[in-house]
Amino acid sequence: MNIITAPLQYEFFTHGLLAGILVGGMCALIGVYIVLRRMSYIGHGLSHAVFGGAVVSYVMKWNFYLGAGLWGFLSVLLINAIARRKKVGADAAIGVITTASFAVGVAIISRYRRFTKSFDAALFGNILGVTTNDLWIIGIVSVVTALLIFIFYRQFLFTTFDADVARIYGVPVAWTEALFSFILASIVIVSMQVMGVTMIAAAIVVPAITARLLTDNFNKMIFLSVIIGILCGTIGMYLSFYFDLASGATIVLTAATLFAISYLIYLVRSRSVHLKAEEMPAPVESLPTHSHHHDHDGFKHVHEHRHPQAEDRQEKSAQHRHHTDTPS
Amino acid sequence: MAKPHDTSSSIPLVSFSKVACGYQKKVVFQDLSFQLYPRQFAGLVGPSGAGKSTLLKAILGVTPPLAGTISVSGQEVKGKIPSDIGYVPQIETVDWDFPVTVEQVVAMGLYRKSKRLPWITHDEREQIHRLLNQLDIGRYAQRQIKLLSGGEQQRVFLARALIGDPKLLILDEPTSGVDLKTQHAILHLLGEINRNGVTILLTTHDLNAVARHLPWVICFNKRIVSQGDPEEIFTSEILSRTYESEMSVVRKGDVILVDDSPRAGHHFKKHTHHLSEGSSKTHTHTLPEDLGQSHRHEE
Repeated sequence: MNIITAPLQYEFFTHGLLAGILVGGMCALIGVYIVLRRMSYIGHGLSHAVFGGAVVSYVMKWNFYLGAGLWGFLSVLLINAIARRKKVGADAAIGVITTASFAVGVAIISRYRRFTKSFDAALFGNILGVTTNDLWIIGIVSVVTALLIFIFYRQFLFTTFDADVARIYGVPVAWTEALFSFILASIVIVSMQVMGVTMIAAAIVVPAITARLLTDNFNKMIFLSVIIGILCGTIGMYLSFYFDLASGATIVLTAATLFAISYLIYLVRSRSVHLKAEEMPAPVESLPTHSHHHDHDGFKHVHEHRHPQAEDRQEKSAQHRHHTDTPS
Repeated sequence: MAKPHDTSSSIPLVSFSKVACGYQKKVVFQDLSFQLYPRQFAGLVGPSGAGKSTLLKAILGVTPPLAGTISVSGQEVKGKIPSDIGYVPQIETVDWDFPVTVEQVVAMGLYRKSKRLPWITHDEREQIHRLLNQLDIGRYAQRQIKLLSGGEQQRVFLARALIGDPKLLILDEPTSGVDLKTQHAILHLLGEINRNGVTILLTTHDLNAVARHLPWVICFNKRIVSQGDPEEIFTSEILSRTYESEMSVVRKGDVILVDDSPRAGHHFKKHTHHLSEGSSKTHTHTLPEDLGQSHRHEE
């Protein structure tokens, strides 16, 4: 018990822990949408893009959140605009915009070498750097993110499932996408201090993928992903404290471990369902059938005929066969 | 089979007037004028690249016309999505791994009418379940969409389109990717929906299914080559013009059989075979050489 309570006497740790929990949960929540949109790479790219904005803000003496936030938001809008051009594609658009933006940051740092050390935290995450002010901002972004996802649940779900059709059914897709970009950019920016630029993508993607392996239900996936994200944030922070490691790395390593465990559970479940399916009656295609002849307007036909009970069995068997691919 | 409606006295539900559509600088079709009337059940057929999907997108308001006017329910479509249309996309375009249930998918169709609450309300749930039961998939409401058969999956997306009580139902290739039995069941179901007053426009490549189930067909290849009752317009001449390739049509009483595997410059030969096992009847028609004995008649 002392292992858990001992670090809490340090203010920097309680700040870091709270930040880790909030960042872990937030990244995991938005991660569900990112993973289902098959845009896992955007978290990685965006964090690199924001790094450029952070460096520019520092040099220009702008407020970090304002400068990096605006930079990040514009980067996502630009990625979305370029990605719509089918000749380019989302992956290439992310690659071009974010690496160019990251390169701006690297170029400025290499020009003014005295900044190098202070950006280590931005790259790899550092719980020591979480101030009360940072915590407030992370808290506000967490609450606003959760509220927006809740309020616009239908828009986000439909747009993520099929944006083209959602538009036909009256969903303001462009507006929803812009709102999503804003939320994503905000999360990446406030997560930088805890996670570090290089680790944010994993905090977004891994809990969501882990949850996806455990359920076929969207609402449950959101719930599980957030729980996993919070768990990773908490465990990761303690590991960071006790082993004096970068917090971003410990959070991601915890997430990767949970993913590995989920994947094993998934494999075992798939195998057991597969074995059950093999014990089921043979599919209807292989069941004996009989043919009968009949006549339509002078056209004589032969129909193969099967019994309804056989079709019931086929359905059950099909479901079992499916479960070997997708867990429920 | 329902006969085409008398369209002379109706106000068109969809009206195209000298419409040109395309993407960027490429014009897909131009100077297109046609009307779709209330309670019509029409199939849009034509080769790939004929502009069928573009035409559907133009009605849906997704592809604005480059010239001319498009009206739906008397309202001009100007980049605004008409609200009284239900749309069923090709099932091949659906992400079946997406973790949504049948109920959640159908609830998406209520977006315009909903109060935008994050959860499905009691009234919405009742409405959804009533419709799912009508479509005979009520027992699958809480099932993930991938766990259904092809025909059931098609019904889910049909339910999503119908839940908003549309005047016009547009379906993009509803018979592709399903077996013949399911294809028959889907078109039969659409016929019933049409008899309940819903106007239907669908695209398909299955000419034989169109000939058997649809009372009205539009042969389209960047322009309307012909439209009318398939019994009248499914001729070798019209289909060959539509598909820009030789097409053969066999008629036996009310039954039309189209050889729907056109190939330009194909060699055709006379072919005789029994209509079915145990039948004494035979008939002769032209078939591409490589189809030969493997060609089968369908009911």
